[in-house]
Amino acid sequence: MIDSGFWAMGGHAAYVWPSYAIGVGLIVALAVASWRGYIAARDDVARLEAESPRRRRGQQGS
Amino acid sequence: MDGTPAPIPGRGNALHRFANPGRFMRFSGAVLPWLALAGLSLSVIGLGWGLVLAPRDWQQGDTVRIMFIHVPAAWMAMGGYVGLAIASFVGLVWRHPLADISARGIAPIGAVFTAICLITGSLWGKPMWGTWWVWDARLTSVLVLFFLYLGHIALSNAFDDIERAARPAAILALIGAVNVPIIKFSVDWWNTLHQPASVTRIGAPGIHVDILQPLLVTAMGFLFVFAALALLRTRAGILERRARALMAARAAEPAAAAATVTA
Amino acid sequence: MTRKRRRLWIVMLCALGLGTATALTLTAFEDNLVFFHSPSDLAAKQIPPGRNIRIGGLVETGSVDRATTGDGQLQIGFRVSDGAASLRVTYTGILPDLFREGQGVVAEGALTPEGTFRARQVLARHDETYMPPEVADALKRSGHWQPGEPPPPARDWNTLRPNAATPAGAGTARMTN
Repeated sequence: MIDSGFWAMGGHAAYVWPSYAIGVGLIVALAVASWRGYIAARDDVARLEAESPRRRRGQQGS
Repeated sequence: MDGTPAPIPGRGNALHRFANPGRFMRFSGAVLPWLALAGLSLSVIGLGWGLVLAPRDWQQGDTVRIMFIHVPAAWMAMGGYVGLAIASFVGLVWRHPLADISARGIAPIGAVFTAICLITGSLWGKPMWGTWWVWDARLTSVLVLFFLYLGHIALSNAFDDIERAARPAAILALIGAVNVPIIKFSVDWWNTLHQPASVTRIGAPGIHVDILQPLLVTAMGFLFVFAALALLRTRAGILERRARALMAARAAEPAAAAATVTA
Repeated sequence: MTRKRRRLWIVMLCALGLGTATALTLTAFEDNLVFFHSPSDLAAKQIPPGRNIRIGGLVETGSVDRATTGDGQLQIGFRVSDGAASLRVTYTGILPDLFREGQGVVAEGALTPEGTFRARQVLARHDETYMPPEVADALKRSGHWQPGEPPPPARDWNTLRPNAATPAGAGTARMTN
């Protein structure tokens, strides 16, 4: 049923669907990259704070 | 989050108090999940509405559905640049680190929305206008916007010391801000292949409500997605700065650090 | 004056200078920034035949003629009008889907010595109105919108609901604003 009805987009499927795929794909890719960057930074800070001698004294059981 | 310079007494005090990175981390941490949820759900509802329920257009048929991605992305591309310019202005004049960090965070988001705008515009132009691309004032000025974002990203990362990149990047962002009114009014000032504005034109929007409603819902969704990503990236930038400060502190006392590690 | 205040003034002055410079540059290069000329522009500017230019306007209603050349290609002729002036355009090749009478077009090519325009490429230019086909039909049936004319003011139709219960052709439309 790809060539008729809803999926055919009146014969313009080749333009409509790639627009949605690229638009959604790029936003999702950016969101994933941003989240990974955030997690990496958060883990860096946690690791450095745990390693830091001045910090360690203030924290429990490391 | 401590390790932040104390607010400088004087004129900028109120600004510094509100934009204090510690406060920002608490505030953004509380708001972010809700922004992300609102952005995701409104985007999905708006795009689904546009794809399935919205009517086709009298002259453009189903290709009008590309509008539900293209136009909100274009608004975010331009609005994002305004945000970048404001952050750069604050960073340049008041030297607030949070402004510099948020400018660094916003630029890649703006670049992605501009890329979406350009790609979907091309995919819309081919079936309707008969061409993927023309060098008219609107299309060219949006391409310039894309390169301004890329230039800002490149400049922000061009220095070994990230903090030193903030000032040249902010100057670039502010110079590029002249492009924003050019994009907006290009379709009114010069003959372009691109048609003039529909939603923000004087008088009534030239869009039937059945097409306008999903467009506005998607635009709200994209706005929240943009805001959530900007907060997330700014949070990451603050944490990266904190990590750099900790690294610097450790480098400053290598003997003590080495002693604790080997002990 | 504090340092912050001074920086504020410097940035504002730079912005003002930059804005002025940009405005002057754009005004000076206006001729290069327009994507196409209207038939009236052409008449005023005396552009010589053979120079590559773009012209734009609406396809005049009733002006389109099609013929097939010896090698089977579609040869098309039409008049492009901006209301005040019009120009005959000839073109051989594939037209965009949106091409029709009353539609905006931009043609790239050159003037011929005979004073017509020989196009190498024809692009469609659509206006900024978006509405369902049923609404467009209702407006045309009810006489609010003359075929070949620009659509009526948006306030008249952007909340219009064509009456679904009315048999097609009855020509009634219910205004809901």
